[in-house]
Amino acid sequence: MIDRRLFTHFDWLTLSVIASLTLIGFASVFSATHLHQASIYQKDVWWVAIGTAMMILAIVVNYSFIERLAYFIYGATILLLISVYFIGSSFSGAQRWISFGFFTLQPSEPAKLGLIIILAKFFSEKNVPARGLGLKDLVLPGILMIVPFLLIAKQPDLGTGIIIWMIFWSVVLIVKIRTKVLIGIFASFMAVLPFGWMMLKGYQKARLTSFLNPDADPLGSGYHVMQSKIAIGSGGIFGKGFTEGTQGKLMFLPEHHTDFIFSVLSEEWGLLGSLVVIALFLTLVICGINTAGGSKDRFGFLIAFGITSMFFWQIVINLGMVSGILPVVGVPLPFISYGGSFLITSMIAAGLLLNIKMRKFIF
Amino acid sequence: MSYFKDKEPTEYKNRVFIANVIVALAFFVLAARFWYLQVLASPHYTELSLNNSTRLVKSPAPRGVIYDRLGVKLAENRPGFDLYLVPEDVKDWVWTKEMLLKLVSIDDETIEEKLQKAKGWPPFQAITLKEDLTWDETVKIESYKFEMPGIILDVAPKRSYLFGEANAHLIGYLGEISEKELKEKEAEDPSNKYRPGDLTGKYGLEKAFESDLRGIDGGKEVEVDALGRKIKVVNYLPPYPGNNIRLTIDIKTQVAAWAALKDKVGAAVAIEPSTGKVLAMVSTPTFDPNALSSGISREEWQELIGNPLNVLNNRVIQGLYPPASTFKPIHAAAALEEKVITPATMIYSGPAFRYGKRDYRDWKEQGHGIINVHRAIVESSDTFFYQVGLKLGIDRLARYSKSFGFGQKTGIPLHNEKSGLVPSSEWKEKAYKVKWFEGETISVSVGQGYMLTTPLQLCNAYAAIANGGTILKPKIIEEIKTPAGEELSRFTTETNGALGVSPQTLSIVKDALRGVVHDDGGTAHFLKATNLKIAGKTGTAQVSRLIKRTKNVQSIAYKYRDHAWFAGFAPYDDPKIAVVVIVEHGGFGASAAAPVARELFKAFLTTMDEFEEPKVMTVSAPGGAQPSPVGAGATAAPKETAIKPEDEAGEVYD
Repeated sequence: MIDRRLFTHFDWLTLSVIASLTLIGFASVFSATHLHQASIYQKDVWWVAIGTAMMILAIVVNYSFIERLAYFIYGATILLLISVYFIGSSFSGAQRWISFGFFTLQPSEPAKLGLIIILAKFFSEKNVPARGLGLKDLVLPGILMIVPFLLIAKQPDLGTGIIIWMIFWSVVLIVKIRTKVLIGIFASFMAVLPFGWMMLKGYQKARLTSFLNPDADPLGSGYHVMQSKIAIGSGGIFGKGFTEGTQGKLMFLPEHHTDFIFSVLSEEWGLLGSLVVIALFLTLVICGINTAGGSKDRFGFLIAFGITSMFFWQIVINLGMVSGILPVVGVPLPFISYGGSFLITSMIAAGLLLNIKMRKFIF
Repeated sequence: MSYFKDKEPTEYKNRVFIANVIVALAFFVLAARFWYLQVLASPHYTELSLNNSTRLVKSPAPRGVIYDRLGVKLAENRPGFDLYLVPEDVKDWVWTKEMLLKLVSIDDETIEEKLQKAKGWPPFQAITLKEDLTWDETVKIESYKFEMPGIILDVAPKRSYLFGEANAHLIGYLGEISEKELKEKEAEDPSNKYRPGDLTGKYGLEKAFESDLRGIDGGKEVEVDALGRKIKVVNYLPPYPGNNIRLTIDIKTQVAAWAALKDKVGAAVAIEPSTGKVLAMVSTPTFDPNALSSGISREEWQELIGNPLNVLNNRVIQGLYPPASTFKPIHAAAALEEKVITPATMIYSGPAFRYGKRDYRDWKEQGHGIINVHRAIVESSDTFFYQVGLKLGIDRLARYSKSFGFGQKTGIPLHNEKSGLVPSSEWKEKAYKVKWFEGETISVSVGQGYMLTTPLQLCNAYAAIANGGTILKPKIIEEIKTPAGEELSRFTTETNGALGVSPQTLSIVKDALRGVVHDDGGTAHFLKATNLKIAGKTGTAQVSRLIKRTKNVQSIAYKYRDHAWFAGFAPYDDPKIAVVVIVEHGGFGASAAAPVARELFKAFLTTMDEFEEPKVMTVSAPGGAQPSPVGAGATAAPKETAIKPEDEAGEVYD
């Protein structure tokens, strides 16, 4: 069963990118938390270890096995999402976690993988007409996406909800959608959105924003972004040096080891550090797209593409958010931000990418 | 299928290229952004980071304005100065504190308490040291602030109650939210964020309509220099004011009631009979809501809640009293409806009625002679109703009392309303495990004994008599509007039930109530001179049954003096207002409570010009309801109203 080609085709570049990012992430979490919250970076060691093990598992298993289990995996992630409402623990107003003692699972993370797998399964078996998917073809996959989306948005976890949405449209676009349908959907969204917003009363808007994103209270998001920009900007070209950052560590960034970790990194490592990490991310995404492009079967292509799109949107939204060009929606940065479920999910996803690249000659 | 599935997806190749281009573009934008932040704008941000230069200051939302029914402001917001401390900017704390103690009236303990509360906050977050500085303090701080880095003044809306004490119990007051309240609010609605230190309604309408009045707080991000002095506002999220409320209260009537009651202990309430709108609601002794809302000292608070007169009780909805003679019309309606008597039934009502081995006396020593029900209400005969009550029986009386709304909450939207008590044989069996004695029926038949009512319930019952037989739910809110003027809710009439009494019966009762004022020998005959067509009933609720009643009220110790009632409506041919007044330990209904009620009727029914006109009958000064009748109004009263001890029936329970 073990094929020598598996080793010759192994994507060492992607693996080293992921290893570098994970190490940089750990260093940043250490720097942000070693003074006041030492338990966090200590736990992070565990997450890296568990994540690595899970990644190896995701590499070793032949992905055709995952294809067979697609419905089961998707169903399991949905069940986990539903169970949050019954046994979930809430923290600062949001109910997102299931506690297993030492480990608290955030089911919205595996739900992203569940969605990618089920969409890949669905579209790989579908005979897509040459001119693209029609409106009717979108109903079923749309339902597959909207179920986890609503469950996650309700928690509320706006950031992950947006990522679910972006993954879906990325996959649909690559599968090809009829131009008319695409324009139609886009136009109707644009038409309904401002209208719906205008229908709301002033206080409802305020309630809605605070409901969707509890962190966005009056003294919250705007202030965070300002402080984040001060941290990044004051880092300059060469940075203040590892663990020498002052802005990022101050208490005004409560998310400094999760969503706003990149501002800590930028402050300490300067523009050089920022660009190195951005370059690593670019390499990851380009390699991912090429893995998809090089795969010899549809399922492999769609899995690889879906995972890459997930990474891509998380990176772009997070970096846009901390640098103040996108609104603060609470999306963490893959491999860098602290978070057990998030890191492990990212590593499994990366493992699948390597898996697909390695097996492209098997078919 | 499988052929198709395993086919190499060549059709994707072109799209993969486009995806690569999009990715490259997005990363280019990100890299450019970081280049801008860390190279071009770096000096600016470095400077900001060195000064650590932005501060957070909350902008509290102005609470909704409260108006009376015609739009007169009752509660509004005025600007006031708050004193803040930003710990990080303080250079010399010992000296700064010394200065603060000198410039502002604040003590060392309070400062330490505030700092303790803010423990764990980021050091650049402003801590409120004192709210609502006086003008003097504001000027002093303003002139010294350059020498005291870390001390900030900021404007915030303060609550102002324009009629102060007159509306105290009705509108209530604000206070800092307690930890218990914080938890309750969190449980009610997690999105409704309160923070420690926020103000919340503590009493009255401010408490009952907190969620409408509150609004949504905003925030300011203020750029400061290295000394913590404000340079400019970088980011401002404006607060969203609370909703405005228009009440059904008529401020003219309300103030008249307060002026007439302020030196007494008691309550006054007025209702529009056709709608159930509450026109006035006053309870005395009262408190100053402006002082309470701006924070009073611990001693002042202790004094307030330690007052034996229960200053913080809204007697209109929380005071429980025997209705006494004001209950007679309800009793009469029940007896007429049950055909125990007819309007023509003549009963000998002597000075006393003998039942068992006891004499149950009438308040009038010489008795009333042979009279019918009309006359019995007009003269407030006790012995007449003793006999009717015995025939009617306690349980039928209880049933009618309940249909008049006694014994249950009216549902007015204020906290802690009491439900009163309607005694019945079943109730006594349950409460005391003892059977009902007929002698007890005798005392309940004149509104004494176990029977208890709130002034609001009684007023609502009289409003129902006035409106032709419908018990309405008393309402205080005319409309609630958003600051933008959008209507959120509007008054609607709600029915609590029907009296279950025929129009004929009601018209007999109403005519008798008219007679109390307008017939010769009526107990409130002096009110006829007002020309306001008042109909009503006096009452004197017995406090102690042990003392000997004398003509000289002054000789009775204050706490043993009877409570004085007046309940009525006007004009009797087209009732526009129903009024109930109780004066605790006031003595007699006619002399203590009726003059207060007269002020309410007058204020509501006379227009402004009429009000100014000199009258033949001069108004006795507020507080003029002396124990013995004085003034023009009281001289018009028949002689017998001067003394009116109620039945002595209470003694049967001894």
